[in-house]
Amino acid sequence: MDTIIQLKNVSFAYETEEEEKTLAVKNVDLEVRRGEFLAVVGHNGSGKSTLAKLFNAIHLPTEGQVLVEGMDTADEANVYDVRRRVGMVFQNPDNQIVATIVEDDVAFGPENLGVPAAEIRERVDDALRAVGMYEYRLYEPHKLSGGQKQRVAVAGIIAMRTDCVIFDESTAMIDPKGRREVLETVRKLNRELGITVIFITHFMEEAALADRVVVMDGGSVAAEGTPAEVFADTALLRRTGLELPPAAQLAAALRENGVALDGDTLTPETCADALFRAAQKAGVV
Amino acid sequence: MIRDITIGQYLSGTSFMHKLDARVKIVCTFAYIITIFLCKNFWSLGLMVAFAALMTLLSRVPVRMLLRSLRPVAFILLFTAVLNLFYTKTGNVLFQWKFLMLTDKGLFTAIFMAVRILSLVSVSALLTYTTTPTALTDGIEKLLSPLKLIKVPVHSLAMMMTLALRFIPTLIEEIDRIMSAQKARGADLETGGFIQRAKALLPILIPLFVSAFRRAYELAFAMECRCYRGGEGRTRMKQMKLGVRDAVTAVAFVALIAGVVLLSRFFPAVI
Repeated sequence: MDTIIQLKNVSFAYETEEEEKTLAVKNVDLEVRRGEFLAVVGHNGSGKSTLAKLFNAIHLPTEGQVLVEGMDTADEANVYDVRRRVGMVFQNPDNQIVATIVEDDVAFGPENLGVPAAEIRERVDDALRAVGMYEYRLYEPHKLSGGQKQRVAVAGIIAMRTDCVIFDESTAMIDPKGRREVLETVRKLNRELGITVIFITHFMEEAALADRVVVMDGGSVAAEGTPAEVFADTALLRRTGLELPPAAQLAAALRENGVALDGDTLTPETCADALFRAAQKAGVV
Repeated sequence: MIRDITIGQYLSGTSFMHKLDARVKIVCTFAYIITIFLCKNFWSLGLMVAFAALMTLLSRVPVRMLLRSLRPVAFILLFTAVLNLFYTKTGNVLFQWKFLMLTDKGLFTAIFMAVRILSLVSVSALLTYTTTPTALTDGIEKLLSPLKLIKVPVHSLAMMMTLALRFIPTLIEEIDRIMSAQKARGADLETGGFIQRAKALLPILIPLFVSAFRRAYELAFAMECRCYRGGEGRTRMKQMKLGVRDAVTAVAFVALIAGVVLLSRFFPAVI
């Protein structure tokens, strides 16, 4: 699998008045592989959001190098080309929708790229169908729910046909139902359209669905691996202040009380399967 | 109460008026407003009102919606009518009681002013009811584009307008939220004199501005992430094309103005 974004020993400090600059991101080496679903987790102030903004040249590294498809983000001439490959969905859906009609907002990105009109129409319709918002194309954004607005924002990015989409805590401000909608959309884009997803989140049940998890702590990468590997490391979780996903918490509590669950129990689905197997073994069902 | 504010409210539809090119609608609306102030007799005024009625019919906007747009100007309407009624001292006296004098000219002026204001507001309301804010700003951008030659940042102005329209409902919601929050903290917004009430607005305005600036900052980031670089090299999904419908409308408008000019020639001015 080839690399889409590469971080080479990247450090970043916010501009402050003080002499002593504290690094929000410290010596991070990271490769994002094409087509993967990468989750970045960490508690508040771990540097995960700052890291996200380094991926598409919103922040430029104070030290080190960020390469997007081989292009250095620090070079001003590359910024436009970086952003047409790596899109970003922000936390607050209200602050990233620019137009007063859903379809006009989705068209904003392709219009900026200078795509011909007929092709924009096609891209907009495709993008809205992909996120399941086609029926709402003529709605006014402020009449939609949080989850719907966020899906419009996602459509706005995929209409640009970016290779990679960063979700910077895009589920943090919306209700559980909306969160589920957005997450389902993200997984679908990743699986069906092959879009590389970098998903910044503090919800562990969301990270459990990723191909790979990066744990940030104090601005550095504390660990990386599959969700199964990361969530099996209880010492790491304790050290970085993270919890197990709810399904895994349930499984752990059951195991402590003598229920023999085998296999993966990170997501509600796999946990339910494990419970079913255990019940079969015990002859309950 | 604050939610009743309607600015640029669009009613979706597929009527003749909805399908007209925004540029044609904007130019015609302006032409209409100017023309109605040039009407000096009942014949030309009647023609204008009939034309407005025809436009309303073609827009399929419910009359109830038009009346709603007239509510905020009801006071101004009444005020100007009454003022004109009694302050015109020329013409034949119809009625006099102490210092109050009513002349036929005064009566006519009052009627003319009322009809003019009513048509002005309804026609502009019709424009915003049948045109999406995006089409409206696009139309303005296109119409003003010759000004680019003298370095007027037309695209930026149109983008500012779009964003302003986009954020009106968001900020109204925000005001509601801040007001509730401040009331919950014991803020008194309803009592006291003018100065006191103005002062009471400060705890609402300051958070509103702080949040508006934060939103603006985030919005700028989001726009940059979507490769926004100003008007240069930008294409538009919705191309504006003039069609038969627009030609018909333009001709009808020219005919309307010609009609008003002719009627003003042949019939004496009454005001």
